[in-house]
Amino acid sequence: MWLLDRDLWTEILNTLSKNMFRTFLTMLGVFFAMIILLLLLGATNGMSNSFDKIFEGTSSNSLFMWSQQTSEPYKGFERGRRIRFTTDDVELLKKQIPEIDIISPRIQLGGYNTPVSVYRNGRTSGSSVLGDYPLIDEVTKKNIVEGRFLNNKDIEYSKKVCVIGQEAYEQLFDKGEEAIGHSIRVNGVFFTVIGIYKKNENIDIDGDNAVFIPFTTCKKTFGGGNQVGFMAMTIYPEYTVPPIEAKIKKLLKNKYSIHPDDERAIGSFDMSRIFNSVSAFTGVLNGFSFFVGIFTLLAGIIAVSNILLITVKERTKEIGIRRALGATPRVVKRQIVLEAILITVFAGLLGFTLSTAILAGANVIFEGMENVPITNAIFSIPQFLISFFLLVVLSVLIGLIPANRAVKVKPIDALREE
Amino acid sequence: MIEIKDLHKSYKMGSNSLHVLKGLNFNIKEGELVAIMGSSGSGKSTLLNILGMLDELDEGSYTLDGVPIKNLNETKAAQYRNKFLGFIFQSFNLINYKTAVENVALPLYYQGVNRKERQEKALKYLEQVGLKEWAGHLPSELSGGQKQRVAIARALAAEPKVLMADEPTGALDSQTSYEVMDLIQKINDDGNTILVVTHEPDIADMCKRIVHLKDGVIVEDKKVDQVRASQYV
Ligand SMILES: Nc1ncnc2c1ncn2[C@@H]1O[C@H](COP(=O)(O)OP(=O)(O)O)[C@@H](O)[C@H]1O
Ligand SMILES: [Mg+2]
Repeated sequence: MWLLDRDLWTEILNTLSKNMFRTFLTMLGVFFAMIILLLLLGATNGMSNSFDKIFEGTSSNSLFMWSQQTSEPYKGFERGRRIRFTTDDVELLKKQIPEIDIISPRIQLGGYNTPVSVYRNGRTSGSSVLGDYPLIDEVTKKNIVEGRFLNNKDIEYSKKVCVIGQEAYEQLFDKGEEAIGHSIRVNGVFFTVIGIYKKNENIDIDGDNAVFIPFTTCKKTFGGGNQVGFMAMTIYPEYTVPPIEAKIKKLLKNKYSIHPDDERAIGSFDMSRIFNSVSAFTGVLNGFSFFVGIFTLLAGIIAVSNILLITVKERTKEIGIRRALGATPRVVKRQIVLEAILITVFAGLLGFTLSTAILAGANVIFEGMENVPITNAIFSIPQFLISFFLLVVLSVLIGLIPANRAVKVKPIDALREE
Repeated sequence: MIEIKDLHKSYKMGSNSLHVLKGLNFNIKEGELVAIMGSSGSGKSTLLNILGMLDELDEGSYTLDGVPIKNLNETKAAQYRNKFLGFIFQSFNLINYKTAVENVALPLYYQGVNRKERQEKALKYLEQVGLKEWAGHLPSELSGGQKQRVAIARALAAEPKVLMADEPTGALDSQTSYEVMDLIQKINDDGNTILVVTHEPDIADMCKRIVHLKDGVIVEDKKVDQVRASQYV
């Protein structure tokens, strides 16, 4: 197998290394093209990572739903009727809509419906108070910095415990003051702080001026019957959210005798919509940079071919000598194609190494910066493999041009004395 | 070893055609040292190129060591050249980025000889031309005479049936020319068949037979008493 022929490779390596300057020039094109391609890919990947970070902690297939007032008269009801979801609705949805993975009801104190005061040692924080199940943590992840989030025991025993946001903490406590194990008052009722969370970087629906208390405690302590203000859901990833959203609304509209076209009675927010538009954007960006990068690479390889073509002309005499000494056209072609491959592969690997180093360096620098929308910029292994595969295939194809040129000149013409 | 019958060759240049070789007949036996003499433009190189399978004849026949040479494709020609022939050129035609020993080993590489044997043989032939100590030098570090001796070693390395030299002393001063001819004579003494193209009578006289070309025909083909070059060295 000639591919493993050590002599062949020695001959090629010799030719390349003894013509260092020529080899170097030839390599430059591919080297820079590879760097540009990989940096482009790395940068766009870094940008998509940044976008992903925005959604970090929020399940992409999540749906939030709450009740409002009707805007259409229907079945003898006048418009403006206040709809109130109840825990029965939660059970209904669990039963009737199998596409729902998690459903977590919430009661909200404060805001425009019920006034709430959060108080400690003469300070108030103006926080909203949310009666939640621990499940909410799986829909929008709470970034706990101290202590823990609510758990099932808190729900079961309706414990008077709370998890507070960073801002609520700052409003109620002195800087550095211990909060865990200490109490705050919600509408005059003492709650022990068991955890502090920091809000997620970018998208966070609840913010960090909030106090989370167990759903059951909230109901027992502050009343409100079986009403539910808000339902957070996640849909199994194999489904898309909008049709399920419609299905849920239809079910609830039917139950509450809401006009089918009433858009206002039930409010909802579909996180996947934003998520999808951003992923579509990064997808396009990725495709575009790959496209640009591949063309850069192509340009680099054409440059190699060009230089090889020039050197083949320069080497007419050498090639003529080799052929007079018994090199068959096939052997001559093979050598030139392999030279092309070796140059591009080597230059490609150098480019790969350097761009990896550049990206690694850039990542270290950008990590400390808030405003650079690039996170962990690196090309993926498949991206690299595809680029590399293309590089080799193209270099073979394009190496054939100078190779054919090399054997077109008859040895006698190559050797003719001037 | 070489049989030529009624060999014709002309070059076409546009509508004109230049008839260079006009029906040559001659045979060369094994072990001969033949000079092909003639003034510039008489067709010596053309003849040697045809004999060297670097060019094709138009008419006639050419047999080398019993093998009829005709209608060779470039691959076959390259293989025959590699197997049968050793070339020595006026301008040496060494590969400038290869050392002396690498140049000598090159035809062996194309013969598929393994690395170790290549190295050994190349050194052996460099020794034969008296350049063993120069094995690692590049052509640019060698004098003209040394370069031609490396080229001769290279031609010998493939152990060809016939050595073909086109004006081997054309680029050398007379002293160096005699040294090269001395070497060629010694190689011939070992039994090698050699063809030397030259337009210099003193070089031709150092061969054993002179074929005189003029206007594309052989005007004279005679055996001569060889003048030994060693007496001038
Ligand atoms: N490739 C060619 N095309 C056209 N004419 C050629 C070619 N090669 C040689 N000739 C002509 O053929 C004649 C013989 O050339 P050549 O064999 O080189 O002579 P010599 O070697 O004896 O000086 C010359 O007139 C030369 O100009
Ligand atoms: Mg000539």
